[in-house]
Amino acid sequence: MADLKVNIANVEFANPLIGASGTVGFGHEYAEFYPLSTLGGISCKGITLKARPGNPPPRIAETPSGMLNAVGLQNPGVEHFVQEDLPWLKQQGTVVIANIAGSTPEDYCEMAERLSDTDVDMIELNISCPNVKQGGVQFGVTCEGVESITSQVRRHCRKPLMVKLSPNVADIAENAAAAEAAGADAVSLINTLTGMRINIQTHRPILHNNTGGLSGPAVFPVAVRMVWQTAQRVKIPVVGLGGITRWQDAVEMMLAGAAAFQVGTAFFTDPYAPVKILNGLKQYLDENKITSVTELTGKVEPW
Amino acid sequence: MRYDTELCRILAKKQLTKDIFDVTVSAPKLAPIAKPGQFAQILVPGKTLRRPISLCGIGRETFRLVFQVRGAGTKILSELQPGEKMDILAPLGKGFPLEGSATHAVFVGGGIGVPPLLCAAAAFSGERTAVLGFRSKNAAILADDFAACGCQVQIATDDGSLGTHGLVTDILKKQHFDICYACGPMPMLRAVAKLCAQRKIPCWISMEQRMACGIGACLGCAVELRREDDSSYYGHVCKDGPVFPADRVVL
Repeated sequence: MADLKVNIANVEFANPLIGASGTVGFGHEYAEFYPLSTLGGISCKGITLKARPGNPPPRIAETPSGMLNAVGLQNPGVEHFVQEDLPWLKQQGTVVIANIAGSTPEDYCEMAERLSDTDVDMIELNISCPNVKQGGVQFGVTCEGVESITSQVRRHCRKPLMVKLSPNVADIAENAAAAEAAGADAVSLINTLTGMRINIQTHRPILHNNTGGLSGPAVFPVAVRMVWQTAQRVKIPVVGLGGITRWQDAVEMMLAGAAAFQVGTAFFTDPYAPVKILNGLKQYLDENKITSVTELTGKVEPW
Repeated sequence: MRYDTELCRILAKKQLTKDIFDVTVSAPKLAPIAKPGQFAQILVPGKTLRRPISLCGIGRETFRLVFQVRGAGTKILSELQPGEKMDILAPLGKGFPLEGSATHAVFVGGGIGVPPLLCAAAAFSGERTAVLGFRSKNAAILADDFAACGCQVQIATDDGSLGTHGLVTDILKKQHFDICYACGPMPMLRAVAKLCAQRKIPCWISMEQRMACGIGACLGCAVELRREDDSSYYGHVCKDGPVFPADRVVL
């Protein structure tokens, strides 16, 4: 039996599959299907310092092989997360990652400070939410922005720090390098690609926010390319995400350079997708006589 | 288990109007835990998002799903044949509260909002009236089914080709009832909610919204709800609803 364990920034994951932020809430809903310990980790819904109401509906639009969302960081705030969700999550036997977003550097720092006093396992710095004007993406577009916010949060963060990067940039690998230089322990990519759909009868965008984040199988090849480029540029672990739906996608993402991967939109198509991905991954490793899943990372042989 | 997925074999399929289909599926795992007013998320082969469809009927081991072809996804579902399987996630959301002291219920449905009310009407013990509105006679569905389960049925059509020429609320104004369950287009829900509010009669409405997960994780299907103090917030159709007290929804 192949070993599925991976270690990211000194945090041990039972397997490399992490539920992606924004798709699995705080875990409660998917615990109806299987124990959350099935997942290597869970990256919680993005939280902000104070509660946020989110965007007006419609927030969802389907696209060819994917979907757009513009939820707008609806969440109950960091204190509610710490008091109400974290204690339960910590009993589920999975790595708990807090995903934080803010409108000012002070917000991020205060949240990092607060969460460092809890037993959360890791912090994912969300500087790439495309659906909120002041939702952090302004820090995530340029290398300077990424470096500045990461280094400020680093000074307040006593937990492993993973920076989640936006694909809506000139060179994502450069931004990853900026995060690394500023003290990030890992990077995760990609967040959603900004997109838009328009109702041709009403001439209105389908999303009330006009634009939204594209996810699902449609973005997978873009994510693989960006992970591949980033993994060559940085020494810290790269967590790959974007459209992973089948076990074959997970293998591909790891070959491109990911040390672990996140699954998001696939939960909506099939809540059992993570179970199927992990079973397929195990079988692939066994059939190929690979003893540890870590051996896949970066093993692509480019032409 | 509150909900789960099940591969459900299609037992029967019928076309009710030019774009509305009536499908019965085998659901021995999920049907026993379902309640009127809940809904199912149905996987569409080749599509990323499931399609939310209300439960029109709940048998001992079956679901009856009556749905309209609205786009490419529901078109694919409408082309599935008896013997083929649907991957169904259900039962989802909160249903209609049917227990209580009310003795005469009115079920007000408009168009494709009618199906979930049949399920509720069949389960209500007490006097029942169904007030159903359609664009025309050609678009009318399920009237016989309401009658068969013991409802008095009144129909309104926009063009007068069946029943009263006019709106469901024209009929509703003349009815006596002490609880109301409604599902249909927004202007209809507004009018029904207003009438019930004037008479101080409890009114429950079933809402729809573009949806992704169906279980309350993604927060996609927002609906503006009103707190006691009249401030509003975004709740979610899939988890907080789809059935809401009408006076709590910002219509």
